[in-house]
Amino acid sequence: MGWFSKTDTIKKIVKNDIWIRCESCKAHVFKQDWKNNLNVCPQCNFHGTINAYERIGLIIDAGTFKEINQSITPSDPLDFVDAKGAYREKIIETREKLKLNESVVTGTGKICDIPVSLAVMDFRFFGGSLGSGTGEKILLAANYAYEHRIPFIIFSASGGARMQEGTLSLMQMAKTCAAIARLNDRKVPYISVLTHPTTGGVSASFAMVGDLNIAEPQALIGFAGRRVIEQTIKQKLPDNFQKAEFLLEHGFIDAIINRKDMKKALANILSYYIVK
Amino acid sequence: MMKHAALKTDIPMLDFEKPLAELQKAIDKLKSHALDKGEDFGEQLKNLQLQYEQNCQAIYAGLTPIQTVQIARHPHRPLFCDYVSLLCSDFVELHGDRCFGDDRGLVGGFATIGNLKVMLIGHNKGKNVTENIERNFGQAKPEGYRKALRLMHLAEKYDMPIITLIDTQGAYPGLDAEERGQAEAIARNLTEMAHIKTPIICTVTGEGGSGGALGIGVGDIICMLQYSVYSVISPEGCASILWRDASFAPKAAEALKLTAPSLLQMGVIDEIIPEPAGGAHHDYRKTIDAVRDAIIKHATKLSKLPVTKLIDKRFEKFSKIGKFQQ
Repeated sequence: MGWFSKTDTIKKIVKNDIWIRCESCKAHVFKQDWKNNLNVCPQCNFHGTINAYERIGLIIDAGTFKEINQSITPSDPLDFVDAKGAYREKIIETREKLKLNESVVTGTGKICDIPVSLAVMDFRFFGGSLGSGTGEKILLAANYAYEHRIPFIIFSASGGARMQEGTLSLMQMAKTCAAIARLNDRKVPYISVLTHPTTGGVSASFAMVGDLNIAEPQALIGFAGRRVIEQTIKQKLPDNFQKAEFLLEHGFIDAIINRKDMKKALANILSYYIVK
Repeated sequence: MMKHAALKTDIPMLDFEKPLAELQKAIDKLKSHALDKGEDFGEQLKNLQLQYEQNCQAIYAGLTPIQTVQIARHPHRPLFCDYVSLLCSDFVELHGDRCFGDDRGLVGGFATIGNLKVMLIGHNKGKNVTENIERNFGQAKPEGYRKALRLMHLAEKYDMPIITLIDTQGAYPGLDAEERGQAEAIARNLTEMAHIKTPIICTVTGEGGSGGALGIGVGDIICMLQYSVYSVISPEGCASILWRDASFAPKAAEALKLTAPSLLQMGVIDEIIPEPAGGAHHDYRKTIDAVRDAIIKHATKLSKLPVTKLIDKRFEKFSKIGKFQQ
């Protein structure tokens, strides 16, 4: 084996098995330390992505979560094929690999004994993109909150609308927002938690119209991609551009809350909502 | 068969229209020849014109998606200002979002269409470079969406239908737009438009570019002009992400199913408004007359519905959009 391929192998082991490189401060962190710290960088407090079920474990009282509409999954309405193959095939692969049917997990549960309807996006599933199935599940979870008059909470983590489902995915932005509008009509609370990353069509729909918009530290939140903006305005963007802290400064989110404190903070906020 | 006015020679030809350009040249030559010599080439002229008609029909019947995109973006396609002059007998433009400024890329105001008093809102592309710079190429900023929402609430107060005309590449991707909350402005419109208590009729007249289009695109009825397009991402953007090369745009345009017939079939839109052969830019009046007919028809129908029913139906309409397995 030549030197170069050897280094490659070592690199692979380092990358995959033992270390995690923080996206934000670039520090190398032991994978175990990263996990023990809830996927938060111990060096810079960057809050990395976390899968939907782990997130639910952190937020919902043990044993109270009941998943709904688990079987909803993408159907490839456009027969979409790109350079890397058919969407249909990728759906099957992704579902098998992740044991997950869509980019969002929805259900009901309790937060410190307060019943809620919950939708948690999972960035691993097609970059958490908003497809028809995602939109449907969020709509149904919002409708559950509407019917039972219980608070609705969404944890967003998404690159935006799902290109492979074309204009149908764009319309999920309108569909989910229509569900939020109905909650507003009935005075049902809706809290949006924006986690890293929440961009494109998801930031421009349900994620931005919470009664409260809450973010995790350093989460990337924005409409257009950084590169697109740099190409358009031909200027370099500030370092904190589109970070949660930038949005707080500009008035688009109410609070930045650490992952480990999120459950308590949500329970406290919900205590201001009194069911009449 | 639609009687087609010969293509005007001052209109820039798209690459796939070349055979038509050549025929047109031959027709013009024959005409001037006839004039010079004082001879009658009536029969030949008729033949050429027939050929032209047939070619035109054939080309426009078999347009590929990327060709439709080219027509939707045609520099001579009728713009918001053309609709104002040919669709409305009166237009009172209203300015400003009352928070930051007045976006020239997205405009609106009171308008009279036939006997209807409506709120007309639309993306405002320009006819030349100066206009386009002033109007940001019809790419709205947050203040544009917020102005649109203000006008919609005003329409709700005055019980008048809202008519939107969609024609944008997308919402403006810039530092200032992000600072002022582009995402929030669009999201707010989607949420509010879902339950505004007056009929909303949206028509895609040119480019329906993603969230920037949808920001004024939630309504009871969604129409598209025959050769307009409506997509989650531009074919070039999609190609550069999924094919890693923007030159695959024709393939992406095909894959995205962004033409009116595909979207009608998928239940995204309600009606296709026909365009004259050769596209809207060949006959503004005919195109805009058809748009007016559609608007009046739908507005009259929708205004008969009780408001609660209107809102329920709008919610149901959007609830049903999407295809998935269970």
